[in-house]
Amino acid sequence: MMIGTCKLSLKAGQRQLIQDLDWLVQEGECWSIIGRNGAGKSTLMRALAGLRAPDGGHVSLGGRELADWPLDELARQRAFLAQSRSDAFSYSVIETVLSARHPYHDNRYWENSDDHAIAIKSLEAMEVADLAARDVRTLSGGERQRVAIAAMLAQDTPLLLLDEPANALDLAHQVSVMNILARLCREQGKTAVMIGHDLTLAHSVSTHALLLKGDGRWLAGAKAEVMQADILSDYLGHPIDVIQHGTRSIFIPNEETA
Amino acid sequence: MHSFSRNLRQRATITLIGLLLFAVACLIFSGMTGSVSIPLADIPAALNELLHGQQSTLAATLLDLRASRAVSAFVTGAALSLAGVMMQALLRNPLADPYVLGLSAGASVGALAALMFMYAAWVVDAAAFGGAVAVSMMLYVLARRDLRGGTAAEAGTSQLLLTGAILSSGCMALVTLMLSIAPESRLRSMVFWMIGDLSGAQMRWMPWLVLIGALAFALRSARAMNVMALHAEAAATLGIRVGALRKGLFFVSGLLTASAVTSAGSIGFVGLIVPHACRFAVGPDHRLLIPAATLAGGSFLMLADTLARTAIAPQQLPVGVVTALIGAPVFLYQLHRLRK
Repeated sequence: MMIGTCKLSLKAGQRQLIQDLDWLVQEGECWSIIGRNGAGKSTLMRALAGLRAPDGGHVSLGGRELADWPLDELARQRAFLAQSRSDAFSYSVIETVLSARHPYHDNRYWENSDDHAIAIKSLEAMEVADLAARDVRTLSGGERQRVAIAAMLAQDTPLLLLDEPANALDLAHQVSVMNILARLCREQGKTAVMIGHDLTLAHSVSTHALLLKGDGRWLAGAKAEVMQADILSDYLGHPIDVIQHGTRSIFIPNEETA
Repeated sequence: MHSFSRNLRQRATITLIGLLLFAVACLIFSGMTGSVSIPLADIPAALNELLHGQQSTLAATLLDLRASRAVSAFVTGAALSLAGVMMQALLRNPLADPYVLGLSAGASVGALAALMFMYAAWVVDAAAFGGAVAVSMMLYVLARRDLRGGTAAEAGTSQLLLTGAILSSGCMALVTLMLSIAPESRLRSMVFWMIGDLSGAQMRWMPWLVLIGALAFALRSARAMNVMALHAEAAATLGIRVGALRKGLFFVSGLLTASAVTSAGSIGFVGLIVPHACRFAVGPDHRLLIPAATLAGGSFLMLADTLARTAIAPQQLPVGVVTALIGAPVFLYQLHRLRK
C-alpha cells in the first residue's frame, strides 16, 4: 500500500464533507478525485499531504500513520502541488525548483551540481527550461503552474499529490503534463493522486477514480467501474453522456436538460 | 551545470568580502570626519595610541569618541536590518519592517514613561526593553494560532500582522498621551528618543551578543526561510517545521529589535530599506541576503550617523531624521520600480 485512509472524516465547519472513507492507493496507480466545487476534494488532498488534521479516522502512508512520520522523511516520500501560489519575493525559476531539493540536504548550505542537474531536467520535462533565470512573479499563470510541477518532479518522491495540475494550462500542455504524470506511474512505478475537472482527460490518464458527493458519500474504484455516465451524473449533479471515440471515452454534459 | 552552483558560491563570497571592506572603510571615514577632521595619515598613529590605552593626542581622543559611536551605529543598524529580513520572511511580505508588529511602539511607551519621570539613563533603557518584550508577549498570546506548528499552520500570518498593527496603534496612543501631558522641559529628550538618536550610545557588548546569536540562528535557518518564503504553508510538505520556524523568527527578530531600540531609540527605515535594497541587489536567496543585509545595514547606519553629526555641525541631528530623509525617497523609488 502506498497511501490509504481508514474511517477518515473531514468537515468544513459543521458540514460533513467526507465520512468514513476507507480507501487504498497501491503503488503505480494513478487516481483522479472527482466532485463538484466544495465537495471536499482539496480538503482531502490537504489531509493526505498532512497539512490538515482529520476530523476522524486517519491517513497512513506505507503502513505508518501520517502523524508518526518525521516531516523530513515524509518530504522524501510525497510531493504536494497546491491549488494556488502566491509569490511574495522575486525568486528565479531555477531557485524555485532547487528549493524542492531541500529534503535531501540537512547539513549542506548550498546545493551541489546534482541538484542543479535534476532541477534542469525537471524544467526540461515541463518545457520551461528556457525560463530558468526568470523572476517567478513575471511568469504567466500556465508557465508558473508548469514551474510548480517541475519543482514537484525535482522533489523526486514516489507519491505525487496534485491539486488541479491542469489549472491555467493551455490545451497542449494539459495533455502533455497529464501524459508525463501517467508515464511516471506506468514506467517508474510512481503513484499519483490528482484533482481535475476535465473528465475526458482524467479518464485517459487515470487508472482509478474517487468520486466525492460533498455530503459525506464517496465511491472509489477502477475507472471502468466508477466513471460511468449514470454514476458521474449523480455525483456531479448534472446529466453526463459518454461517447466512444475509437478507444477513447469522451465525457460531455447533456445540455438539453440543463 | 557544474558551474552554476560554484558561481553562486563565488558570487556570495565576493559580495560579502566587498561589503566587509566597505564596512571597514565606513568606520575609518566616520573616524576621520567631524567638526575637527583627522587626516587619513594620522589614523594609524591615533589607533596605535588607543590600542595601548593612552590618549595623549587630540586625534586619539576624537577617534575614541567617534569610533565607539560608529561601532554602536554599526551594531544597531545591523540588528535592525537583520530583524527586517527575518520579519519580511516571517510575514512573507517584502514591505514589512522590524517595527510593523508594534515592538518599537511598546519600547517607546516604556522609554517615554521613564523619561517623563526623569529616571536615570539605564532605567530608560530597561523600560524600553521591557516595553518591547511586553508587546511581543502579548502578541504571542493573542496570535498564537499563527505561530503554532504542525497541521494548524495552514492559516498564514494575517492574525499576527493585524494584532501587531492594533497593538502598535494602541501604544502610539499612549505615547501621544504622554507627550501631551509631559512637562515642557522633558519634551525634547522624549521626542529625540522617538526619532532615534545615537549621541548617547555607548560601546556595549550586549547588542553584539544578541546580533551574533541572531545571525547564527538566521544563517542556520536560511535554507528553511527560502522554502517558507516560496511555498508558504506548503513548506511543511518539504520537511519544514513551519510553526517552529515562525516562532524562532518571531522571537529572534523581536530580541534584535528590542536590543536596537534600547540602545538608540526607534530609528526608522533602516529595517525596511536595507533588506529591500539588498534583495534588489543580491537577490532574495536568504543564504546570501542575511549576511549581506546585516553588513549593509551596519554600514548604512554608520554613514547616516556620520552625516547626522556633521551636516549642520556643531549642532547634531538625531540619526533617525537622516535615515528617514534618505529612506523615504529611496523607498518610494523602489516601490515605483516594483510596480512597473
